[in-house]
Amino acid sequence: MSDRYLLKGATLPDGRPADILIEGDRILSTATTTTGASASAKAGTGTTVIDADGLVALPGLVDLHTHLREPGFEQSETVLTGTRAAAAGGFTAVFAMANTLPVSDTAGVVEQVQALGRAAGYATVRPIGAVTVGLQGERLSEIGAMAQSLAGVRVFSDDGKCVHDSLLMRRALEYVKTFDGVIAQHAQDPRLTENAQMNEGALSSELGLKGWPAVAEESIIARDVLLAEHVGARLHICHLSTAGSVDVVRWAKARGIQVTAEATPHHLLLTEELIRSYDARYKVNPPLRRDEDVQALREGVADGTIDIIATDHAPHPRESKECEWDAAAFGMVGLESALPVVQTALVDTGLLDWADVARVLSNTPAAIGRLHDHSHSFEDGSPANLTLVDPAASSVFALDRLHGKSRNTPFEGVTLSGSVRWTFHKGFPTLRDGVLAEPGEVPSRV
Amino acid sequence: MARTVLQQTDIARALTRISHEILESNRGAGDLVILGIPTRGVILAERIGQLIAGIEPGADPASMIGSLDITMYRDDLSKNPTRAPSPTRVPRNGIDGKTVVLVDDVLYSGRTIRAALDALGDLGRPRAVRLAALVDRGHRELPIRADFVGKNLPTSREERIHVRLADIDGVDEVTIEG
Amino acid sequence: MKHLLSTRDLARDDAIRILDIAEDMSEVSTREVKKLPALRGKTVVNLFFEDSTRTRISFEAAAKRLSADVINFSAKGSSVSKGESLKDTAQTLAAMGADGVVIRHPASGAPQVLAQSDWIDAGVVNAGDGTHEHPTQALLDAFTMRRRIHGTASRGKALDGVSVVIVGDILHSRVARSNLWLLRTLGAEVTFVAPATLVPVGADTWPATVSFDLDATLAAVRPDVLMMLRIQSERMNAAYFPNAREYSRQWGLDDERLALLGPDSIVMHPGPMNRGLEISAGAADSAQSTVLEQVANGVSIRMAVLYLLLSGEREAHA
Repeated sequence: MSDRYLLKGATLPDGRPADILIEGDRILSTATTTTGASASAKAGTGTTVIDADGLVALPGLVDLHTHLREPGFEQSETVLTGTRAAAAGGFTAVFAMANTLPVSDTAGVVEQVQALGRAAGYATVRPIGAVTVGLQGERLSEIGAMAQSLAGVRVFSDDGKCVHDSLLMRRALEYVKTFDGVIAQHAQDPRLTENAQMNEGALSSELGLKGWPAVAEESIIARDVLLAEHVGARLHICHLSTAGSVDVVRWAKARGIQVTAEATPHHLLLTEELIRSYDARYKVNPPLRRDEDVQALREGVADGTIDIIATDHAPHPRESKECEWDAAAFGMVGLESALPVVQTALVDTGLLDWADVARVLSNTPAAIGRLHDHSHSFEDGSPANLTLVDPAASSVFALDRLHGKSRNTPFEGVTLSGSVRWTFHKGFPTLRDGVLAEPGEVPSRV
Repeated sequence: MARTVLQQTDIARALTRISHEILESNRGAGDLVILGIPTRGVILAERIGQLIAGIEPGADPASMIGSLDITMYRDDLSKNPTRAPSPTRVPRNGIDGKTVVLVDDVLYSGRTIRAALDALGDLGRPRAVRLAALVDRGHRELPIRADFVGKNLPTSREERIHVRLADIDGVDEVTIEG
Repeated sequence: MKHLLSTRDLARDDAIRILDIAEDMSEVSTREVKKLPALRGKTVVNLFFEDSTRTRISFEAAAKRLSADVINFSAKGSSVSKGESLKDTAQTLAAMGADGVVIRHPASGAPQVLAQSDWIDAGVVNAGDGTHEHPTQALLDAFTMRRRIHGTASRGKALDGVSVVIVGDILHSRVARSNLWLLRTLGAEVTFVAPATLVPVGADTWPATVSFDLDATLAAVRPDVLMMLRIQSERMNAAYFPNAREYSRQWGLDDERLALLGPDSIVMHPGPMNRGLEISAGAADSAQSTVLEQVANGVSIRMAVLYLLLSGEREAHA
């Protein structure tokens, strides 16, 4: 296959129609019809022309919160299968969470994860390093070694567990400043959420499932933004799930604290009512909340309080979900459904336009994660990481849309807008009109 | 097309005759228990009991009349939607050593009576069990016959017999349809 | 009725039907031959992931009185993970031809998961799941109240206007939840009394009055029914209340409080009782106490439920 592609008649995030010419791993030119210069003229022979009429072009999506499960939990996902799912969802970069086995708390493990990502080639894999050794919340891990390793780790997180010790959190925030790093906090007070199963409220009481109070999240966020202010450090809050959390972050930003926040697609669309079925597909950490919380999160994304949307893609094998609620694992897969959910929840409702989508799903997560030369705004010479979306498509989400190893999506049977048609990673089309490239074709990036 | 085969006066006459026959065969009302099978058999048993009390001085309807629910003893329970059982009411002196007359509205396959005999066996040990039916329409599937019959009504299996009684249906009549 | 998973979804007519059939069943229990052939050839499995000898033998007696074959399966302490064992166990029972599964499980919702799954096509009876529901307990409680109030004229009646006060660990009590939904459906008024730590979050949205003060409630409500819930000693360690003495003084039914009740008021307890903690021996053994009636009525209710679920033709798999 040639390495020149002309995407004819695409719509840029700002709404302008454009022909996009890709050569090698760069966008050679983006010619909007208003500028008059025609990229098609430069295309020449040997160029694959793609009819992008009606498709929205976005910079390759960047997921700051993905669980690729390798090493250690390959029955759920591997770097290869997880990045295939990413490509199918329009993602060209994923930040791989540290709760692997062994935990990604040393340079050796993070370099291995990065190498697996380069070998797979479907997406750029940036490992996240653990804040504490073994995610135990007791001693800082080798943050410096991970930062200076080949993997160049900049995001540190104990995600899945909260760095709940106040002093340890303070030290972590201070220490990562040395490396321009950021702590991504999983905000969950462990004592307030012992054996917690779902959002605490009238419904949890009725269903007899142990409650997970909003305050368990909000109190940690409040503490951490004040710590970040005190030590002058960057702080990122993972998966906000409550209206109160949005308020706390909004307050912190107004105060000038260097805090960024993320929300997941599922928290922007689904509510706790689904749990009436006791179907463990809806079991997730943090839990699905009330409709008021969903609305507050959407407003938070719309007004910029919430900076990014990240999937928290969390694959689990069937047996971890086909069981009684208490015994089931927390987590949902989300890479393939992310963009359709964002369109359904935020674009179709008028809260975001496509430029905002490019910002919250690509530009800003890349900036927070210090992922350089990846995301862009379609300037000539930008890296050829992009995705083409058909916003007019609407369909019932089905399991055949999933390309990872696990099937634990909460969106099966839900009608979602939008369909990712093409994904280019470093100039290579990993997704071609909805069809995923085979592993043998995808060039390794070793 | 429904056709009336017994009217109110026919039913009354039949029940009077059955009452006399029961008394005759039992040689009086002593140790007699009359158990109706729900739903309409219970009403017929009540009427027969009252008639007997009217004929036989000293017979006490309350110690003679009762009902016997056979729902739990049916052999087709698992082939039909769940049926709600009806109460079983046995006169206070029980059935041990008594002559029990089972009363049903229509005698057909005989399966209801088979179930009633099983139910009776779990309640006690009568001296004898007799069977009274307002209508015998034939087509027996078990070796069972009635001792007292209001009317023998030859039917085809496709035809349907409806017994209506004033207490619940507003009118006394037996119709045949089909 | 295919399953009995909760009382929340039970319609008033269906609830009264169960109570009425239980009246018929209780007559059987007074006969010399305490057995009906209704479930002959059916297999009922008591699948208990949590110890409860009382509930298990009550269901066992009920199934046997209906002539079902009973298999007791105690799955507690299985070495496989809980999730795997529910699915594997269900498939095992399906292979053995179980027609009905009576399940007791520490995880809320486990009976519903079993009923919704395609692991087994059997009628499922919830015999208590986590802190969710215990529908047959609520039904036997309602049956007991109805008999005490209406006597032999109980058939067809509900509990309209009956005032019920339920005292104790509402937070962790599946009995309280099932009773609330059923009693409301039957027209009764429900008041919960508990320390604030043992009132569920959001209970203010429930159709019950919530009070922290037992004496004030007894004075104001003059309840027809006072139901004392069992208090688990481990709640003390989890800081729900300071100690047994303080609990007993504030929320226990002692002889003084018993004396304040009207002569027709009844005292209920789902058992097993902690005498001297939530209920005094005097109250437990008083004429107003229905504790033993509840046990006897439990068999009748469970017979009615098993009969309704298992006797008819099998409904299409939901």
